[in-house]
Amino acid sequence: MAKAFELANTQVFRRAAMPKSWTDLVGRKLFLALITLGVMLKKFDVANGVMRPRVRQEIARAGMALLPMFFFVALALGFLVVGQTVSALAKVGATDYLGSTMVIVVVRELGPLLTAMLVLARVGTGNVIELGTARALGEVEALEALGIDPVHYLIVPRVIGMALGIFALTIYLIIGALASGYIFAFLQDVPLTPGDYYKQIAESLNWLDFALLALKTFAFGFFIATVTCYHGLAQPLRLEDVSRVTVRAVTQGVIVCVLVDAVFIVLYLVT
Amino acid sequence: MSETFTPALLEMHGAHIGALRDTSLTVVEDVSWSVAPGEFWVVAGQQHSGKSDLLMHAAGLMAPLRGSCRLFGCETNNSDTSHIDGRLRVGFVFAGGKLFNQMTVAENVALPLCYQKNLAAAEAAQVVAALLELLGLAPFADMTPANLAANWRLRAALARALVLKPELLVLDNPLGGLGGRHRQWLLDFLDQLWRGHKWFGGRPMTLVVTTDDLLPWHGGPRKFALLADRKFFLLGAWREVESSGEPHLKELLAELAGATM
Repeated sequence: MAKAFELANTQVFRRAAMPKSWTDLVGRKLFLALITLGVMLKKFDVANGVMRPRVRQEIARAGMALLPMFFFVALALGFLVVGQTVSALAKVGATDYLGSTMVIVVVRELGPLLTAMLVLARVGTGNVIELGTARALGEVEALEALGIDPVHYLIVPRVIGMALGIFALTIYLIIGALASGYIFAFLQDVPLTPGDYYKQIAESLNWLDFALLALKTFAFGFFIATVTCYHGLAQPLRLEDVSRVTVRAVTQGVIVCVLVDAVFIVLYLVT
Repeated sequence: MSETFTPALLEMHGAHIGALRDTSLTVVEDVSWSVAPGEFWVVAGQQHSGKSDLLMHAAGLMAPLRGSCRLFGCETNNSDTSHIDGRLRVGFVFAGGKLFNQMTVAENVALPLCYQKNLAAAEAAQVVAALLELLGLAPFADMTPANLAANWRLRAALARALVLKPELLVLDNPLGGLGGRHRQWLLDFLDQLWRGHKWFGGRPMTLVVTTDDLLPWHGGPRKFALLADRKFFLLGAWREVESSGEPHLKELLAELAGATM
């Protein structure tokens, strides 16, 4: 079975013609996503000496390395959105709705989506450029000649790194934004104690929020990594094509994030 | 006396070779070729004659558009996965090396060993250091490929292809762009591999090289083939190359003779 995936990978990378229609393009990405999932499961224990450091490196790149930027973004989000919302609700005497508003705006929507967009811009573009250059310089063929599955070696660590990175950064962003938002509201003399503020938020959260938040962020990471890796690897490229496909990958990454978000909105509404 | 049958490492029958950049495009038609263990083949051809594409097929990295290609007895078509293990028995030295630019020379050489044998970098270090020493690359072990001259990049690519001790070594235009000293070193080293190098247990290695310059390969019991006009011509030994009436070969040799005058 693992060999069947390996062969399918080769066929992905050998496919010469560019996608001819939107359905073809979507189909190819879904095909790559399925292959990636299959390889991830079937080769979970293969070449750990090489793969584990690569996965750690990708987690650091899509997670730890972005912490300073996310600290700033969390502060900004707290001051600009959360703090103003809190003070506006306080002015109209609607502080009872504070918890549910914060959960819907920050925990369910803004936190995950903003994190995904920032990781797409910062790490996704890097993926396309690195992989596109490697493809154009023939490094993918070199990997295959060494019996190394390019999906396993190049895509799987990026998918894991990005999924875990977006999940962790979303948690940091939500906590940071809620905390800095309260500080902003406090500075505006909003009559709300920190205990009441966090109690309201905690009471508005249920187990489904945690479960869907985790699922949503993993889905963002998986699909952003798949789209960017597809554009970097699974097409015939020359060096001069790399900048063009980077722009295309970012556009399609944004579209994919919005679509995933829409699916989760439906899930929230249904459950 | 009964003759023992040795199966060919590589066999092509009526194979139509597709281009790497566009797999629907046929670059060489109707290749019928057999490489037996211990042979040393030199495939000559002008630039863009399909030499690299032929080697991609010979190493099992691409399947022929038509006809058959068997590597170590396994068909390399897209519906059969049994040939994938055979890839590990082939060492491939690409034109220009195609080393991984983010890694040092030592890391490049260690990668196939660590991946295939599931070793940590420290565990592979001893083997890698010995191989780098053998190829004169020890002083460059910690340098990245971009900082190496083309001569040394080729040696690093050769080290990477040899680290898994392959049975069949294919080299795509290995003499291209090499300086005189490195060119002679490589020719001597490939001869040593073909006769059986002690580092590889004294086992003779089967070699296939492509070239656009036939003269350096003159001599020795090498076999020659020619790629021209999308066709594959089996020529045989050097004396048959010299006596061949093939116009493209004459042209190539005349051009070379002119260039060396």
